[in-house]
Amino acid sequence: MVTRLFNALGAGVLSLFQYLGEVVLLAAETFRSIFTRKLRWKLFLNQIVEIGLLSQLVVIITGGFTGAVFAAQAYFQFSKLGLGSGVGAVVSVSLCRELAPVLTALMVAGRVGAAMSAEIGTMKVTEQIDALRALAVHPIDYLVVPRALAIMLSMPLLVAECIGFGIVTGYLTAVHLLGINGPYFVNNMERWTQKRDIIMGLTKAFCFALLIVFISCHKGLTAREGAVGVGRATTEAVVNASLAVLIFNFFLTMFLNIIFPAGYQ
Amino acid sequence: MIAVRSLAKKIGRQEILRGVDLDVAVGETLAIIGRSGGGKTVLLKHLVGLLQPDAGDVWIEGQNITGMSERELGTIRQKIGILFQGAALFDSMTVEENVAFPLREAGERDPKVLRAKVREMLEVVELEGQEKKMPVSLSGGMKKRVGLARSIIRGPSCVLYDEPTSGLDPVVSDSINRLIRRLQQRFGVTSIVVTHDMKSAFQVADYIAYLHQGRVYFHGTPAELQQSSDPLLQDFLLGRSEEHLRVES
Repeated sequence: MVTRLFNALGAGVLSLFQYLGEVVLLAAETFRSIFTRKLRWKLFLNQIVEIGLLSQLVVIITGGFTGAVFAAQAYFQFSKLGLGSGVGAVVSVSLCRELAPVLTALMVAGRVGAAMSAEIGTMKVTEQIDALRALAVHPIDYLVVPRALAIMLSMPLLVAECIGFGIVTGYLTAVHLLGINGPYFVNNMERWTQKRDIIMGLTKAFCFALLIVFISCHKGLTAREGAVGVGRATTEAVVNASLAVLIFNFFLTMFLNIIFPAGYQ
Repeated sequence: MIAVRSLAKKIGRQEILRGVDLDVAVGETLAIIGRSGGGKTVLLKHLVGLLQPDAGDVWIEGQNITGMSERELGTIRQKIGILFQGAALFDSMTVEENVAFPLREAGERDPKVLRAKVREMLEVVELEGQEKKMPVSLSGGMKKRVGLARSIIRGPSCVLYDEPTSGLDPVVSDSINRLIRRLQQRFGVTSIVVTHDMKSAFQVADYIAYLHQGRVYFHGTPAELQQSSDPLLQDFLLGRSEEHLRVES
């Protein structure tokens, strides 16, 4: 029984390493293609629309309501200590460093990651990817590169948008709903929000974009067994990408805090 | 043109090919027949490098393509067209975009040239005027024709057909068989047709290879196959199962 347990654990670990290796190899091949092959501009622009433009509503709602609720929660706690005017700074810094990149990434993983894995997975099980290969078109050049470039460009912009809307709704909630002094809110926000907070957020956005695109595309490219397989691949893509964002976020935060330390300096 | 030597392939734990040897001369039409699940499609995919063997070699025009990377296979694949069993059309593109795809990827950008070439190919496959349709609104036979037009637009020297008549009614199947023959005569291409449709095999093939238990069991002309007294071949030709033989006895 112990042997069986160790066998199962070992198989699981090996399987995890194989999976991670395949994703890393996909990323490496994608970057090699980006720097050595011609870009398919029409496909790239289509993906900018799919990923960037069509995610606007999701990001605006995410940022808007996150900023509002965080302002409210911060006010409920801070006002007891007489620090209500510090809500602006807390909302702004939290959005820049943490909330906007992570929540935007989770929403994009759900929306865009699912679409990528479903579309590529369907192409895989209907032999369309084999058709691409047979027509001497590398699937990574045609399917992954446009998506990777589009999401790398779009994610930082989406996160910036999320931050912007979060700060606006945070202000509206704190000042007009909860009665915080408006100039104090803005003044503290400007004083305590540094450029490095924004850079940290945008760096995280870029890193999360890479996780989402390579995990989702890998799941699509390895989908099997028809509709069931595509459904499974799509679900796993969203779950794996979301978990990867959350896990990676911790290590990224610890690392980036060394380069971009928090606080007023 | 094509040579296969001792090709072996396992998928999962199942041995699909166990040492296939095959030669296909330039301009020849070979039909590969065999029972369902016998490895015909697996063999076909090896010929264009979509699968890599566990053992053995595949030679295309004197070049060993075994072990070549995906990028290295690009040049070889430009000489080979393949019609997949389900046609494998790109469902986000129109018929015109599907057929023009190989030319566009090869660098042709002039819309007039592309349109003219697509029109020519659709005439060859008798699908004129269907340029703007989406694959979802095509019948099975029409999809195969569009897939065929796409596979021959670059003028390959060899065309592979994976069950070209499967899922089609007898009338449409006959028209596909005639189309395959017309393409061979018009363009002089080497053709390999994987099928279990014997009428199709006899109609199009110069030679027939019967795949049995992962090896080439028979290789000869259609006439030689029909005259063979081998019970295995006779059972396949006449569509006799083991159950049928038990009932008879």
